[in-house]
Amino acid sequence: MARLNVNIGGLSLKNPVLTASGTFGFGEEFADFIDLEKLGGFIVKGTTLEPRQGNPYPRMVETPSGMLNAVGLQNKGVDYFIENIYPRLSHLDTNVIVNVSGANVADYVEVCRRLAPLERIPAVEINISCPNVKQGGMAFGTTTTGAAEVTRAVRDAFPRTVIVKLSPNVTSIADIAKAVEAEGADSVSLINTIMGMSIDVERQRPHLSTITGGLSGAAVRPVAVRMVWQVAHAVKIPVVGLGGIMNGRDAIEFMLAGARAIQVGTANFVDPAVTVKIIDYINDYCERHGVSDVNDIVGLI
Amino acid sequence: MKKHILDFEVVENRCIHNLYSLLVVKPADGGKLPEIKAGQFVQVRIDKSKTTFLRRPISVNYVDAGKNELWLLVRKAGDGTQALAQMKPGEVLNLILPLGNYFKAREGESRFLLVGGGVGIAPMLFWGKQLKESGYEPEFLIGARSEADLLELEYLNKIGVVHVSTDDGSAGTPGVVTLNPVLMQKWDRVYCCGPAPMMKAVSALSRNNGVPCDVSLENMMACGLGACLCCVEKTVKGNVCVCTEGPIFNTNELTWHD
Repeated sequence: MARLNVNIGGLSLKNPVLTASGTFGFGEEFADFIDLEKLGGFIVKGTTLEPRQGNPYPRMVETPSGMLNAVGLQNKGVDYFIENIYPRLSHLDTNVIVNVSGANVADYVEVCRRLAPLERIPAVEINISCPNVKQGGMAFGTTTTGAAEVTRAVRDAFPRTVIVKLSPNVTSIADIAKAVEAEGADSVSLINTIMGMSIDVERQRPHLSTITGGLSGAAVRPVAVRMVWQVAHAVKIPVVGLGGIMNGRDAIEFMLAGARAIQVGTANFVDPAVTVKIIDYINDYCERHGVSDVNDIVGLI
Repeated sequence: MKKHILDFEVVENRCIHNLYSLLVVKPADGGKLPEIKAGQFVQVRIDKSKTTFLRRPISVNYVDAGKNELWLLVRKAGDGTQALAQMKPGEVLNLILPLGNYFKAREGESRFLLVGGGVGIAPMLFWGKQLKESGYEPEFLIGARSEADLLELEYLNKIGVVHVSTDDGSAGTPGVVTLNPVLMQKWDRVYCCGPAPMMKAVSALSRNNGVPCDVSLENMMACGLGACLCCVEKTVKGNVCVCTEGPIFNTNELTWHD
């Protein structure tokens, strides 16, 4: 058994496998298939200050080796999470991380402030990269000043680990990563979905109600690996890699590129038990390569 | 109800129509089928189509508890369902099941009409059978383009009276199902599954007649587990997941007639 424990900006994970926000509900949806406590942690659905209905249907279309979504941060708001969801999750022996979104800086701060007293939430992931909302979201993540401004504000509002989730829809993701590192982010996670579009040619209209959406799934993996590698070389804080990880081999690819931990997203839809298989694969890989500590393979490239 | 990820072996593929296949499957490990209720669905992993990434939601057509077999009626709509419809006996397919809510009979109600359009007949066979076994006398109204497109009549006929509507008039009442006089009878509840325009028309007619109507929706899904929030339907409670709060909805919960 290799040592699988990793640390991302003060947050200790029993293994490097997390789940990506928006693909794993509140974890409970997967409890019939896997033991949630085997995970390094899971990141719950994007949470905002006020409840949001999200975008109109249709919100999803399958694309080659992936899918486009335009959910638009449908959620019941942070207070609902605190009152109704948190009590059901707080007994779990794993890390429950809340993904935080907002239309403006004050919203991000207020959500973090309300989450701060929850001792069983060891980290927040700040979503400055959602391509499916009109206000906020990706708007903050596509400029270094916007990314820095949000990071600075939430840094003071949340006392534990702050992970900032980066958008790939930028010219230089390394510059954004450096900007949030300079403002005190403990870690960065990347990539969020890549903005895309798909058209129903027979009906001559877009597949999504919002016309454009976010691309995820195996199709985005080479882009994500490249960005993780670039960011890992640009910052000193730990990098959490995600984007099209479908199996253990893919997870190792991200770690070699510089990811200290990884998130499994769209693959959960195809195989709801894939995360535990990935944990097993990482252990087997380490043993097969004579590695006693998984940290030793991080950033070998 | 506990959900399972299970391999199933194809026992038989009845090519009942050039557009539809009936797959009869049983647990590959020889185990007992998990409990499945009428109206629920399964998520099928499609291994043999290179262009298919996500699973495909397929209605439970019938559960033969005695034979430990599950029936899936597949309409060849795209590459994924095309590949599924071509599976051969002995081949294995991976299912997540059982998913979604299910049809219910309410106390005090006894006269039920089960309306199916096209592949929408799929959940009605199992539901009709369950109603029959519970002592009711359900009747069916089946809509199709033409006589050749009527599916599973031989099974439905064994359960109850079957009324037929065809677009071209080649069998039963000519025209869409809402022109069939059987819908004007005094039903306690109408259950309906089919194309959205058909369900909306049946729902509107039932509402005019003061008859409650439960429909089975088939919004595009990714996970089928309530995690991705892609398959939402607008309801009086806001956007809800069809895969977990549905697929069965009473049409009063929907916003179709606002």
